Amino acid sequence: MISAPTIEYLEIAPLLLVFGAAIIGVLVEAFAPRHLRSAFHIPLTLLAIAGAFVLTVLLAVDKTRTVAVMGALAIDGTTLFLWGTILVLAFISVLLMNDEGQFVAQAAAVPGSAEEQEAVLEGQAQTEVYPLALFAIGGMLIFPASNDLLMLFVALEVMSLPLYLLCGLARRRRLLSQEAAVKYFLLGAFSSGFLLYGIAMLYGYAGSLDLAKISAALGTVSGMDPLLVLGTALLGVGMLFKIGAAPFQAWKPDVYQGAPTPVTALMASGTLVAAFGALLRVFWVALGNLDWDWSPILWGVAILTMVIGVILAITQTDIKRMLAYSSIAHAGFLLTAFVATGGPEQNRVALSSILFYLAAYGVTTVGAFAVVTMVRDTGGEAGHLSRWAGLGKRSPILAGVFAFFLLAFAGIPLTSGFLGKYAVFQAAVAGGATPLVIVGVVTSAIAAFFYARVIVLMFFSEPAADGPVIAAPTVGTALVVALAATVTVVLGVLPQPMLDLAGAAARSLFVY
Amino acid sequence: MELYVPILILAVLAAGFAIFSVGIAPFTGPARWNRAKLDAYECGIEPTPQPVGGGRFPLKYMITAMLFIVFDIEIIFLYPWAVAFDQLGLFGLVEMVLFIVTVLVAYAYVWRRRGLDWD
Repeated sequence: MISAPTIEYLEIAPLLLVFGAAIIGVLVEAFAPRHLRSAFHIPLTLLAIAGAFVLTVLLAVDKTRTVAVMGALAIDGTTLFLWGTILVLAFISVLLMNDEGQFVAQAAAVPGSAEEQEAVLEGQAQTEVYPLALFAIGGMLIFPASNDLLMLFVALEVMSLPLYLLCGLARRRRLLSQEAAVKYFLLGAFSSGFLLYGIAMLYGYAGSLDLAKISAALGTVSGMDPLLVLGTALLGVGMLFKIGAAPFQAWKPDVYQGAPTPVTALMASGTLVAAFGALLRVFWVALGNLDWDWSPILWGVAILTMVIGVILAITQTDIKRMLAYSSIAHAGFLLTAFVATGGPEQNRVALSSILFYLAAYGVTTVGAFAVVTMVRDTGGEAGHLSRWAGLGKRSPILAGVFAFFLLAFAGIPLTSGFLGKYAVFQAAVAGGATPLVIVGVVTSAIAAFFYARVIVLMFFSEPAADGPVIAAPTVGTALVVALAATVTVVLGVLPQPMLDLAGAAARSLFVY
Repeated sequence: MELYVPILILAVLAAGFAIFSVGIAPFTGPARWNRAKLDAYECGIEPTPQPVGGGRFPLKYMITAMLFIVFDIEIIFLYPWAVAFDQLGLFGLVEMVLFIVTVLVAYAYVWRRRGLDWD
């Protein structure tokens, strides 16, 4: 006798709303006339994300902390906090996408061909970006909530496949964009293979895909240690690839540079949050009792990630590549708290510091990429750093806001970045990872150098005669910049409510 | 170890058969060449020579294959449900309808975007 499974529709309502809107978006693409499509898509996408955020808040207020859908999803404080973060980041990234000039007229046309010219003249637009973004956001929501390795893999693919496509849709510098998409796809597929192989080995070891059951098997199953160690390592490779930790960081600069900037904003913020959440859940819940084995390796990964991130960032001449390497370094800073596991109290502190960092860093990142979309040359965005010289004299406000975001990345006091870094390093010291914190502080100092270099370039260099123009921002872009700047200030000056929220979310650690 | 001996024997037999067949063919079979034998086997697109600048190549075979996979997977999910639909009750029916609707949405998209037109 088979009994029907149970599904807690109320607990997964945010997911259902996002995916439902994505499916409606596909129908809009299929049936709405071309000129009306974006008029349907933009309100639909934004309303769905906002609605999902409201539902998440309601779940959090309701104190729902449960395992849903036959143990496949864990709806706990961490999940709800990350859902809220991802939805806010997704909302402001979609506001950036609402600039049709960012996306290709017809993705299938060969760059520079007659077909492309024709599509541009006809005013075509690839409006599929909205449903694709919604599917990716839905995947990002499931990823950190997965309480089951199979769900984890499906979520990873649902998140990644639309992102691979979105990367190739930039209107300008099409070849670079297509190259980014192919590289991201090939490397992403490769890392998915690693992840899947790791999942298979852990299943062979524990006889279950459920994180709690794997955790329970750790002490009882004997004689199959190679399966466990190999499975853990392969799973780690697959997930560290997604957060861009060294030595799996190679895709990040190329993909961030080539992808349309709104998509880069979504990837740099939302994907990082989702992947870090999933990494936390898998390693702390399923493999938590094994931390003596994986923690030394992740120490190495954290050090390598911080060092490679900041050193290679110094040599970059493209603003998006520089931000990509900075994102790698920040993944390293986050890893310092990730390895600082200990008793429940220590884990709570570390978890809440990571949650705060992810929220603060994500919002600042979207803001920084929003500024990048506005500084334009004749051939699109002015990516090369030399083109940013003297921007402070042309547009003091924009350059000032960008300088502020860079200071937040560098972790200067009175910005959200400082408090995030402080919290993470404090948790790492308490967890016995002091050497990591020393590396973190030194690399932060090096990082401050290349952030300051851009600021000096913007304010103390003479602008070039044919310098880039500042595009008049769309309402969405202006809103994003203003919102990101506000959040960065508020979290830097009045962080307590957000710290309390992260603390409350981490109080019960993980439900499983 | 003895468990693996049959597998080894099978591998040797398979390799032997493959080498024997390929090796004997030039001596026993007639060799009459024509253009069709130089075409890509059962595949519509000639990979060479490439058009200037890479060109565009038709995706109709790929779209057909993708659609086939989508409906193939749908059937794979329908079979277990068909075997146990009486035990799963209304819940199973509703979930299956939801699943088929999502597949139909993808189908409608392909149809409206003229993915089903051959030319």
